[in-house]
Amino acid sequence: MSTIDGPTPLPGAKASQAAADRQASGNIPGGSADAVRKSGWFGRWSEKWRAMPRQKQWLYLIVIVVIAYLLPVINPPILSTEPGNDFPLALFSMAVYALAAVGLNIVIGYAGLLDLGYIAFFAVGSYTAAMLTSPDSPFFKIPYLWTIPLAILVALCVGVILGIPTLRLRGDYLAIVTLGFGEIIRILATLIPAMKGQVGFQNVGRPPGMGPDGIPIFANSNGTPWYWLALTILIIVLFLAGNLERSRVGRSWIAIREDEDAAETMGVPTFKYKVWAFAMGAGVGGMAGALFAGQVGFVNNQKFDVVTSIMFVAAVVLGGTGNKVGAVLGGAVVAYIPLRFTAIAEYKYLIFGLALVVIMIYRSQGLLPARQRLLAYGHIAYAKVRRTAPIAPAPVTEKEA
Amino acid sequence: MLSTVLTALPADSDWINFDVPSLMQNFWSATFDGLTFGAIYALVALGYTLVYGVLNLINFAHSEVFIMGCYAVFFTLSFLGFGPSAPNLGIGAIILNLLLALIAAIVASALTAFLVERLAYRPLRKRNAPRLVYLITAIGASFTIQYLIFLWRGPLPEPALTMFIPTPIFEVFGTIIDSQQIIIVVAAVIMMVVVDQFIRRSRTGRGIRAVAQDPDTATLMGVNKEKIIVTTFIIGGVLAGAAALFYVMKIPSGVQYNGGFILGIKAFAAAVLGGIGNVRGALLGGLLLGLIGNYGQILLGSSQWTDVVAFVVLVLVLLVRPEGILGTSLGRSKA
Amino acid sequence: MGAHSEDVPVPEDFSAAEPGAVAVSEAVAEAAAPEREIDVAVGDALVEVKNLTIKFGGLVALDNVSFTIKRGEILGLIGPNGAGKTTCFNAMTGVYKPTSGQVMLEGHVLNGMKQHKITRAGLARTFQNIRLFGEMTALENVVVGLDARNKTSVIGALLRLPRHIREEKAAIERGMALLEFVGIAQDAGSLARNLSYGSQRRLEIARALATDPKLLCLDEPAAGFNPAEKEELMALIRTIRDDGYTVLLIEHDMKLVMGVTDRIVVLEFGKKIADDVPHVIREDPKVISAYLGEPEDDFA
Repeated sequence: MSTIDGPTPLPGAKASQAAADRQASGNIPGGSADAVRKSGWFGRWSEKWRAMPRQKQWLYLIVIVVIAYLLPVINPPILSTEPGNDFPLALFSMAVYALAAVGLNIVIGYAGLLDLGYIAFFAVGSYTAAMLTSPDSPFFKIPYLWTIPLAILVALCVGVILGIPTLRLRGDYLAIVTLGFGEIIRILATLIPAMKGQVGFQNVGRPPGMGPDGIPIFANSNGTPWYWLALTILIIVLFLAGNLERSRVGRSWIAIREDEDAAETMGVPTFKYKVWAFAMGAGVGGMAGALFAGQVGFVNNQKFDVVTSIMFVAAVVLGGTGNKVGAVLGGAVVAYIPLRFTAIAEYKYLIFGLALVVIMIYRSQGLLPARQRLLAYGHIAYAKVRRTAPIAPAPVTEKEA
Repeated sequence: MLSTVLTALPADSDWINFDVPSLMQNFWSATFDGLTFGAIYALVALGYTLVYGVLNLINFAHSEVFIMGCYAVFFTLSFLGFGPSAPNLGIGAIILNLLLALIAAIVASALTAFLVERLAYRPLRKRNAPRLVYLITAIGASFTIQYLIFLWRGPLPEPALTMFIPTPIFEVFGTIIDSQQIIIVVAAVIMMVVVDQFIRRSRTGRGIRAVAQDPDTATLMGVNKEKIIVTTFIIGGVLAGAAALFYVMKIPSGVQYNGGFILGIKAFAAAVLGGIGNVRGALLGGLLLGLIGNYGQILLGSSQWTDVVAFVVLVLVLLVRPEGILGTSLGRSKA
Repeated sequence: MGAHSEDVPVPEDFSAAEPGAVAVSEAVAEAAAPEREIDVAVGDALVEVKNLTIKFGGLVALDNVSFTIKRGEILGLIGPNGAGKTTCFNAMTGVYKPTSGQVMLEGHVLNGMKQHKITRAGLARTFQNIRLFGEMTALENVVVGLDARNKTSVIGALLRLPRHIREEKAAIERGMALLEFVGIAQDAGSLARNLSYGSQRRLEIARALATDPKLLCLDEPAAGFNPAEKEELMALIRTIRDDGYTVLLIEHDMKLVMGVTDRIVVLEFGKKIADDVPHVIREDPKVISAYLGEPEDDFA
């Protein structure tokens, strides 16, 4: 990794040979920068990625993004979920799951808190969008696109309200309280008349625009524009999550995950940052919910069951907790598999439930582990160290903390 | 969210009515019924509390340990010829049949608890996994069992079984107390006293307390930690099996693949209310939660409110007194 | 996938020091904490521990202990096992709440403050059993400490506002300077859990220094070191003091304590039995008798 990054003046051919050997064996010396645990093909792939020059990374990114945008148009034969399920709609569903997984990854992957009721925030977002746009609702109405930021805000506030009593305590309490909340929100939707129980809200709003044929561009059955909207939001959220990761916020979260007491002793206001992580996750969940409500066009109390929360957790775990790219892939896979392989759709809960246990027992870092980058300008420092440091002996990798 | 909904509600809404007269009128029947539910919560809560005390882990799969017991009760009684209407049997025969069902439930629940411990948690303990991994495994195990049952039995509840027609025994404050209520409460309390004494006095109980207090030191002192952990899971399973019999007795149509879920959360709330890790706390918390839930239900007008009330109680307890009413941990309870 | 900005000018020279060498220069401490006021009234009382008592149930772990830590000194806190050293330490840093008594830093009472506030008030510590953030690199560990002085808000970080960028750049520079100061700059990019034991101990010191403390508390920093490493550590501690920090040192190794401290407080059974300069402590009969029961301590 380090040695292929531009000119690397190595003292003597012997050293460069040694470096090449280590390179070949895939064992990256801690003495050079960016020590990374061995992590299979994804780890190697992500190392290769990091070693690329900036421009090349951007190039690849643009190609990937363009392909992602073109997917519903190309409708590639093997990937396609048709004829069982409309492919653009399946893509939308994958993007929404990915978005939810990226949000949940902030809570589970970064801060190490277990949120088992993520669907509740998704529901809060959905209801916010529905109740402020559907003609069935007695409230004032606003344009659909405005409900997206509002859904973030409302979900964020609910997150704070729920987080404050529980986050002062050990993580287990958060898990059970969120699990309960995921169920309670459904019961409340049944009990509170304004939320209209099973009758729900029809004709939830959509973004403006009419096609030439007089059908709205964002018709419920027209998956492609909805997918593009969701994908765009997903990309923005990924950028912002990356910004947070490489800041004192991200560092505080990881520090809390690694050792909460030590983090507090190092001056990290742990409670505050836990509430932030939980609330931010909630906000992203609310946004995903608002998107979902818009596309489906109908919201009632049957749409949000606790099991979906566990599917979100499975998406994060599958992708490798703490890895936002992994979360995107995990979310997409969890949504994709039942839509593509309709024969096993019935077994999806069993499959992903079992996957949770098996992954935790045999590979708790997830399928795609990757370490967070926590410094905005870390690459400069590491590159500097790489250039000047003599090749240090391979680190003694003994005790795990 | 709730508050925005509340303030924006039309003035004439009556979705949340504080029906105080109704509560006054039905106070004693609500109390006795609440105690009956509370006794069931308490039995399940004890399973959470014991495992939490020893492993510091919320065993999310405990709700499935419980529901497996319910299925065992259902199948045993179906096999023995019980149906929707009350059986035409003598009292002795009924007791015998129920005892058979109880044994089946205890075996099913204890076996489930044992398997969950062996297959899911033990491998994690071997490699000293972080807490988050435990919790995710626990919820995954719960989920897996739930959907195994789902694939096997489908989404609908099993048909209701009537074990016996409750007969009035005596009257207090103008309210009749029936045989069912007495059986459930008395049996549950006896069981919990037995467990309490077992943990306080027996050699194994000392081991459980030692591991709860300090697993490493306990191991150094010659306590077989692994054996203690398995025992704890099995005790929890046995109690959950007993709770399953009483639960099916009380709510005959409650045998459903996800039937353990809400009850599990309520039982955990009960454990926290009484003081998690505390055996007597589980009993106290269970009974209290049963009462609060029942009062809330009558006051607010729908049975679904009990779930909301239980949840609110859990959050309030965590906010005000997270160590629960009795507070002390399993390890500190005196011999 | 990220919002790395274009290359920024590489900060000051922080090229790696020779491995193991302790770079001694005022400039390093300057870089680590440029805003720090150095040498304000050396010899004044910085920390005052007043009648500190801690009871666990019926057990009195600390009984009415009082001492002061003067600005710019290295104070040793010693005593046989179970004498209450770590308890005292934990009470000062906010882990335990004292049953009675006070800990004051520059006249401000610290008890009852949240731990992170105590750290920000100027009291940093290391741990007897190393507690680094294992999945972070050495540099990231140090920057977590530096963040105690940073002011970027969550919104600022989210949108990469100018202050965030400024602080991030400064953090890299100072973090590297600190790593260089403790002699592990070449390991900046290694995960903390992959560092050697000695480097981990040094990293803990760097991380604590990063919070820019007025008082640096070291809890048995030499545990598990061989004599040569102890020698290096003593040099490092002296350098830290010479750069204007005040140090509280809990240590078991008497040789190290005698060699490096300016003054020593001795605890036994939760009570203070002596408080004086090292050569007086060495002759103090009470101290000697306190240690007689512990032959494994090489009392020099």
